[in-house]
Amino acid sequence: MSKTDLTRRGLLKTSAIAGAGVALPTIFTASSAAAFTNEPTGDTVTLGFNVPQSGPYADEGADELRAYELAVEHLNGGGDGGMMNTFSSNALQGNGILGKKVEYVTGDTQTKADAARASAKSMIEKDGAVMVTGGSSSGVAVAVQALCQEAGIIFMAGLTHSNDTTGKDRKANGFRHFFNSYMSGAALAPVLAANYGTDRKAYHLTADYNWGYTTEEAVRASTEAMGWETVAAVKTPLTQTDFSSYIAPVLQSGADVLVLNHYGGNMVNSLTNAVQFGLREKQVNGKNFEIVVPLYSRLMAKGAGANVKGIFGSTNWHWSLQDEGSKAFVKSFGTKYGFPPSQAAHTCYVQAMLYADAVERAGSFNPCAVGEALEGFEFDGMGNGKTLYRAEDHQCFKDVLVVRGKENPESEFDLLEIVEVTPVDQVTYAPDHPQMGGAEATLGECNPGA
Amino acid sequence: MEAIILQILNGLDKGSAYALIALGLTLIFGTLGVVNFAHGALFMIGAFCAVTLSRILTLSRTVVDETQTDFLGNPLEVQVPYVYDWFGQATGDAIIDWAVPLSILFAIPVMMLIGVIMERGLIKHFYNRPHADQILVTFGLAIVLQEIIKFYYGANPIPTPAPDAFRGSFDFGAMLGLDPNVVIYPYWRIIYFAFAAVIIGAVFAFLQFTTFGMVVRAGMADRETVQLLGINIDRRFTIMFGLAAAVAGLAGVMYTPINSPNYHMGMDFLVLSFVVVVVGGMGSLPGAVLAGFLLGILESFASMREVLEVLPGINQIIIYLVAIIILLTRPRGLMGRKGVMED
Repeated sequence: MSKTDLTRRGLLKTSAIAGAGVALPTIFTASSAAAFTNEPTGDTVTLGFNVPQSGPYADEGADELRAYELAVEHLNGGGDGGMMNTFSSNALQGNGILGKKVEYVTGDTQTKADAARASAKSMIEKDGAVMVTGGSSSGVAVAVQALCQEAGIIFMAGLTHSNDTTGKDRKANGFRHFFNSYMSGAALAPVLAANYGTDRKAYHLTADYNWGYTTEEAVRASTEAMGWETVAAVKTPLTQTDFSSYIAPVLQSGADVLVLNHYGGNMVNSLTNAVQFGLREKQVNGKNFEIVVPLYSRLMAKGAGANVKGIFGSTNWHWSLQDEGSKAFVKSFGTKYGFPPSQAAHTCYVQAMLYADAVERAGSFNPCAVGEALEGFEFDGMGNGKTLYRAEDHQCFKDVLVVRGKENPESEFDLLEIVEVTPVDQVTYAPDHPQMGGAEATLGECNPGA
Repeated sequence: MEAIILQILNGLDKGSAYALIALGLTLIFGTLGVVNFAHGALFMIGAFCAVTLSRILTLSRTVVDETQTDFLGNPLEVQVPYVYDWFGQATGDAIIDWAVPLSILFAIPVMMLIGVIMERGLIKHFYNRPHADQILVTFGLAIVLQEIIKFYYGANPIPTPAPDAFRGSFDFGAMLGLDPNVVIYPYWRIIYFAFAAVIIGAVFAFLQFTTFGMVVRAGMADRETVQLLGINIDRRFTIMFGLAAAVAGLAGVMYTPINSPNYHMGMDFLVLSFVVVVVGGMGSLPGAVLAGFLLGILESFASMREVLEVLPGINQIIIYLVAIIILLTRPRGLMGRKGVMED
């Protein structure tokens, strides 16, 4: 029987020291790796595309995903480069981001706040996404933005139009390129006054959620300022499909304009119902009855068919724009997919490019450094003319398009015509504007996470 | 006064859809004893029969027009429907314009077939299982059908307009001597109501005045005795399932010009139709029709601005509220018979 001088106490001591010795370097590396959440350490970087792949906005989500795939291709040096060639910043080289190849994971928001949060969380925690982007609803955008703020990663909002996203619910880690309700109201009002006069009585039907409220508020404020009267404003349930009982009383109210603060399926149905009831052929108060849709999208216009003809609305971007950036994007997207991109696709592509560019300029994926690079960033060549990412609320300020349903479309994509490009000065507001949450609204502190 | 007439009219078309779906549900429940949660999906598939037929009618060949360009600057590819080639442009346009009414002829055999396949292929195996199992399997089936439609047709609504002749609206107020422009009502909704009335009448006449219907009614009352008389009641009930599917499908076809169809339109109607069946009385056909119109009209009234100002949100709960009141005062529903679903 051999005798060793190994005692229990001795063993514990040695293993404790050895354990500490082994652990020491990892403690150091772990603490340096944890400078911010999901710091990319290998030669790839993962982005999270959180878009509606099922549910009512699935088609819009599919278009967003196409745009992201195109953006990734361009960032990695594939394809024709699209808007990277027209972008005023020349930081992007087509060699990924900071030399790291761009990879991506996708999540399904289902256009439900809880599902969107769950898929964003999984992309951040499981897949190591360093940035989350996408979405087609303001309810979802506000929820995911708050999650990204807590997790310490950047959120580049997709299609979200509610004032709240960069208004009362703005966050330091969240950025929005898309325009908002206030801008729609401010851009539409002068066009409406010029076409329909200043003596009008408006009747609002409003989708009963966050985006509906801010849109109604914005359109009312800007139309009332130029002399219109608001006869009534009725909230309609988001799940409503037949709007006849809301449309039928409109004529009786003495109103001569109907404003539909609806989006997606709601807008398609309410507009179809309004046209069925013959509102557009009526004369009220000696004037032609008119309908206005504050937020238009081509995909919605397609759903509403011939009913959109002649109806005014606003949009963030349209494929028929003739600036170099838009032409490059339409060519690149159209060649790959065979049809022109939607405004949702455009804003998502631009957001992905702006993020990549900001990382390059900051020289780091750290969300606080990226945020700093985006704040106050002025750029051009991305389809909307000169654009500013305002530091105070992380909202992009650019020209707004006022559009009208085209009377004689030449193709199935040719549904809207641009009536006016409202200059950015007309749609700019103070960061503490009452519609944007007033003085209390703040971005808070940038959160780099772990 | 005008507002009341208007909301009654409004309730009629919504009520027509509820009544048609609830009628089919009751037919299936009364004959086969199955609670069919896939019935909303049948309504939706009916609507997509109209979409499909209008797609078939507009099947086109591609002609490259060198004089025009598409959005990328390439020569424009123009689609020329085959019906133009076969019937000439004027007749072709008329056929495409009338796609929705033509879909009725298309939908009847398709829906009967789908109904019979559904019953023989799946639901048959669940007759001796508890109602909860039947609900789960039919609900699952509804989701499957919905996803299939979404896969092929996309998630966005597809515009399916009525023929040109029926667009626009009719001034009821002027006819009744009221101010013009006050009580207006779209032509197509009037047609929808009339169509529903004809279908409901036809179903009742079929059950009341034909031998087949008499046997079915006897089977509904006492299945065992009818079987003991040597009648193959199961086959007749399968046919009734097909008939109920066709009724739901026709309701869907004619509904497409009112609201552009999308894949989840069936679910929107399904839950309300069940409330309609329960309020009308389980197993009672006249009860289902009566309750359908009643709840449709009540829902319209509850959406009036004047009502909403006093009771905000009432439009979203009115149907369920009325259902609770009716079930508290008449637990078997408006026209329910004793002994149905009570064992």
